[in-house]
Amino acid sequence: MLKDITLGQYFPGNSLLHKLDPRMKLLLAICYIVLIFLAKSAPAYALILLFTVLIVAVSGVSFGVVLRSLKPLFFVLIFTTLINVFWSNGTTVLWTWGPFAITREGLIRAVTMAIRIVLLMASTSVILMYTTSPISLTDGIERLLSPLAKIGVPVHTFAMMMTMALRFIPTLLEETQKIINAQKARGADFDSGNLIDKAKALIPILIPLLISQFRRAEELATAMECRCYRGGGGRTRMTVLRFALRDFFAALAVAALLAGIILLNLYFPALL
Amino acid sequence: MAEIVIKAEDISFSYESDHPADQIPVLNHLNLEIEKGSFVAVLGHNGSGKSTMAKLFNLILTPTSGNLYLFGKKFDEETVTEDEFFALRQRIGMVFQNPDNQLVATIVEEDVAFGPENLGVPPAEIRERVDAALEIVGMKEFARHSPHQLSGGQKQRIAIAGIIALRPDIIIFDESTAMLDPRGRSDVLATIEKLNREFGTTILHITHYMEEAIRADRVIVIDSGSILLDGTPAEVFSNVRTLKSVGLDVPQVTELLLEIREDGFNLPKNVLSYEEGARAIADYLNQKKGRSSR
Repeated sequence: MLKDITLGQYFPGNSLLHKLDPRMKLLLAICYIVLIFLAKSAPAYALILLFTVLIVAVSGVSFGVVLRSLKPLFFVLIFTTLINVFWSNGTTVLWTWGPFAITREGLIRAVTMAIRIVLLMASTSVILMYTTSPISLTDGIERLLSPLAKIGVPVHTFAMMMTMALRFIPTLLEETQKIINAQKARGADFDSGNLIDKAKALIPILIPLLISQFRRAEELATAMECRCYRGGGGRTRMTVLRFALRDFFAALAVAALLAGIILLNLYFPALL
Repeated sequence: MAEIVIKAEDISFSYESDHPADQIPVLNHLNLEIEKGSFVAVLGHNGSGKSTMAKLFNLILTPTSGNLYLFGKKFDEETVTEDEFFALRQRIGMVFQNPDNQLVATIVEEDVAFGPENLGVPPAEIRERVDAALEIVGMKEFARHSPHQLSGGQKQRIAIAGIIALRPDIIIFDESTAMLDPRGRSDVLATIEKLNREFGTTILHITHYMEEAIRADRVIVIDSGSILLDGTPAEVFSNVRTLKSVGLDVPQVTELLLEIREDGFNLPKNVLSYEEGARAIADYLNQKKGRSSR
């Protein structure tokens, strides 16, 4: 049961989006987030929506998957919408009931906020999660942040920790399942009682797990030392990231989108 | 005579403890020479000091007393530079018991690349080394897999590939087959033999499986931190009583022939395989028949 949890949400594939340099994807994802918050007018939103649909189409990830990825957002959406509807200050009052008032501005703010959240989630998950493997993502982060190493930020150490955490998640889950089974075999009961009883029942799982992880960490450290690991200094990498022509085209496309949004914001009235 | 790559001279070792009184020496005046290109099996029951010995040779631990010579040069912790130290470590690889605790990356080929990356090898050469190493262990088609999709034996072969990519002269296997199923064990053992026969890598194989020790050129038995027996498998396993007294098993056929021998039948002492055993008994019977018919 625990083994079925997938690591990240990577869908292997061969699309243009898969082939982009992870560094470029990280930068473009950040630009995209900024873009979404720059949009002011209705046509600008429409343009971003169109572009997002295009990204999904290019990635080869099915729209159903993308829509399903929005499911955990459901409560966040409802919550922000309600807050924006009822607690916005507006002048055009549409409806009042006791202390609550719905204004035109509040309604517009709620709708645009919801659209922004949906676009944000859909675009970043397609760019960074569905089409980028966790390892190339950490790799991209390490290399993007590598200038910070000069001012003493342990970039390599963080990247190494992330890679190893990703590596050991499945192993850890497998081990947890083994311990659960072992404790069940000795008559441990995890399913009955109230919340506090259930939390207490977890202790016989967590303690053996913790101890075994310490042992594992020590063995792993020795094995890494044996493979001549001595930190980030003087290390080379097997895969060298190089920007290709497609990376520049992707950047160009996002730049064009930025120009389009600025123009649309100028020519059309802002929604708020 | 072949070059001596590891030489232990009167080495003792004890783990540090807060109470000097409970410092029990793990290794006790150990003397040993390992020849280049040899395949040495090290036997000993739990706590005999065999793993500690391996960790000394790999410079993870340093001896409490005695001298260690690696590749003909005395190793001195005080004067060794960091680069010399890592150069030595690169030449002596080590594969451990639990394959899961040796793999660091989420993709097989990235993991094999870890060692050469640490050495600062240029990218194109790393690629070459990784491909060659995966080829040797027969795991090339799994290059893009994630380690958790592999079986124990396959993971252990990846761990071996990770060491091969460092291009070491000696590889120490510290009970590397102990956690594997029979299939995984035989795959790993075949890989070890291949490294020794085809690539001339010196092998130190620490194990407690007799069947594996038999396949080595030389068997060393360690008990309470010093060497008890040392010789070819046939020589070592003929000491059935000594081996049994230190809690080690001997091949069943060797033991059987010894028991028959003790009942007054003249059978050889150094039989290791069933075929040899059957032949020895048949020869003995034929001989006897010939003698009685005469």
